[in-house]
Amino acid sequence: MPVPSLSILDLHASIGDKPILKGLTLEIPKGEVHAIMGKNGSGKSTLAKIMAGHPDYTVTSGDVLLDGESILGMEPDVRARLGLFLAFQYPMEIPGVTIANFIRAALQSRLPEGEDIDAIDYYENLYKKMDLLSMSRSFTSRSVNEGFSGGEKKRCEILQMAMLQPSYAVLDETDSGLDIDALKIVSAGVNSLRGPNIGMLVITHYQRLLDYIVPDKVHVMSEGRIILSGEKDLALKLEAEGYDWVEKEYQAA
Amino acid sequence: MTSSTTSAAPSSDILLAPSNVGVLSAPADYSADWPEWFRRGQKTAWETFQAIPQPKRTDEPWRFANLRALDLSDFTLAVPVENEAALIVRSKGFPDVAAKLIFANERLIQREATGLPPGVLLLPLEQAATDHQELFQRNFMSTPVRLGSKKFAALHRARLRTGAFLHVPKGIVIERPIEIWHWVEGEDATIFPHTLIVLEDGASASVIDRFVSANDESSLAIAVNDLTLGSGSKLTYVGVQEWSSKTTAFHLNTTEVAMNGTATALAMNFGGSYIRGESDSHLLGEGSRSVMLSINPADAEREIDQRTFQDHFAPRATSDLLYHNALSDASRTIFAGLIKVEEGAHETDAYQKVRNLILSDEAEANSMPGLEILADNVRCTHGATSGELNEDELFYMLARGIPPNQAAQLIVRGFFGTVLERLENPILEEQLGAILDRKLNLTV
Repeated sequence: MPVPSLSILDLHASIGDKPILKGLTLEIPKGEVHAIMGKNGSGKSTLAKIMAGHPDYTVTSGDVLLDGESILGMEPDVRARLGLFLAFQYPMEIPGVTIANFIRAALQSRLPEGEDIDAIDYYENLYKKMDLLSMSRSFTSRSVNEGFSGGEKKRCEILQMAMLQPSYAVLDETDSGLDIDALKIVSAGVNSLRGPNIGMLVITHYQRLLDYIVPDKVHVMSEGRIILSGEKDLALKLEAEGYDWVEKEYQAA
Repeated sequence: MTSSTTSAAPSSDILLAPSNVGVLSAPADYSADWPEWFRRGQKTAWETFQAIPQPKRTDEPWRFANLRALDLSDFTLAVPVENEAALIVRSKGFPDVAAKLIFANERLIQREATGLPPGVLLLPLEQAATDHQELFQRNFMSTPVRLGSKKFAALHRARLRTGAFLHVPKGIVIERPIEIWHWVEGEDATIFPHTLIVLEDGASASVIDRFVSANDESSLAIAVNDLTLGSGSKLTYVGVQEWSSKTTAFHLNTTEVAMNGTATALAMNFGGSYIRGESDSHLLGEGSRSVMLSINPADAEREIDQRTFQDHFAPRATSDLLYHNALSDASRTIFAGLIKVEEGAHETDAYQKVRNLILSDEAEANSMPGLEILADNVRCTHGATSGELNEDELFYMLARGIPPNQAAQLIVRGFFGTVLERLENPILEEQLGAILDRKLNLTV
């Protein structure tokens, strides 16, 4: 029995006629945190959307396996219920739907037909997770992401992750739009969820986030491929020296 | 309460005889429950009904409307229901009300009014006409019906047998809502629900009208509500319409607001095959305010036809209309609304917004906003938008594991929830929200 993992195998994908992923391979074993870094336009966010099943993208070849099971033929909601979570770079506003009802509907969808969530347990759990993220309880009755600041939106994403307890989570530019205080809160929230039962893929443009969410492995993405993988100090080197040397080395090889 | 010992078999001649009276046949006599002057008015109304021609497609107030629905010749006058007790049991409404009236087929079958402050009148209309003639005459259908249904309002005036009368004296605040149920029972039966509300200066109340069919039968309801608000008074009026899918219904409203009064009215239309709503707000006093809201989940082949008028007579008044339609299957909605700022109504704030969420290729939404301004320095906006489900919102929900149909229902729930918020009444919002959840089959 191989180690459970989220595996991306030689993945090719395009939007319309334009190829975006050109043979991307990556394995995130459960229990580890991996980071993908790369310049804007390298395809990082596209990778996240493709894994979640966004209808705008077409996978032309390759595979994505969740604990050995291919998820590419599955609808986005099926993938999510199977245990894949995407923290959005730009979370959507849903007017009139409260956070409490939204998360509850998501949890309800994971229960067998005819079984209902216990409201008291649910709120107890929700409040506990909100306290962890320093979120005021008044948030539960606010519409999802409507009128939220950047930091509030990202905290709301991590709250959902904490409530849904996925087996694999992809965090797409979770640090974008955060000031340093918000970054610390969000990172602490993410760190509290780390453990042997979850694998995480942290997508980021800046090394800064990785000071707070320290990864087990760092991968560099360029033009739809992983061109270098290394340990956590690779992030520091990228911060100091930029990406150009990686691309040169990759082309030379 | 009566308990019928008559056989319930539909073949019984005794039961069938009165139900055979067509709603369009000339009234033989008028109910002795009413004073003589009222019965004379009924006779006049019947003549008016006969004199006004049936609406035509070329009549502007009936543009786009399905005129076939206006053929009322198959409908008959409702006879007393077979089992009043059963309907009383089914009238499960809000948990905490100040008073509750239950009407069924033109009869008051239950009245609970123990939670009303002293001085408040909550009576059947015929009793109000008898005991409080002056008050009644001043307020009962005193404003002409202007939005197209004059003929049907005349039929209502000629045929109604009872209704609810609420009078709240000066300065009295009723905290809890008053709930009024209107049941219709019987194939092709017709009822004429009526709710007349008068708030004196500084009074405050909230009233929920519940419109319900006992069975999945064809029926006709011609409902009228007249809302009169004194200075500084505050009324929240909600009509929760859950008629059977075979019902033709008219819901005709007139609202008059005096200085600094605030009327907030919400119509929730869940049932019916043809629903015609007319809402006519008169901003009579300076600083008066009328909030006009509607929530319309239209499905099957339902047609919801709504005509509105925001008529500003006084300066510095506000009217604020927000109608949300979600259309699935082969449903249709029609909205025609006019904002009119009369001469001298300076510094008017008037808003009108209709949003159509189109969930099916076969559905059809017609919106006709209108504006007429005869004063200076006014702020008026109106607009109608139509759109489909937002794909990005949908994907966001799917990415949380919510199945597509449930996600769509949640988005619709949210779309309506933003209207409920405008009631600015968290308790009503929660309780009406629970009705929405039930109607949309949401388990949350």
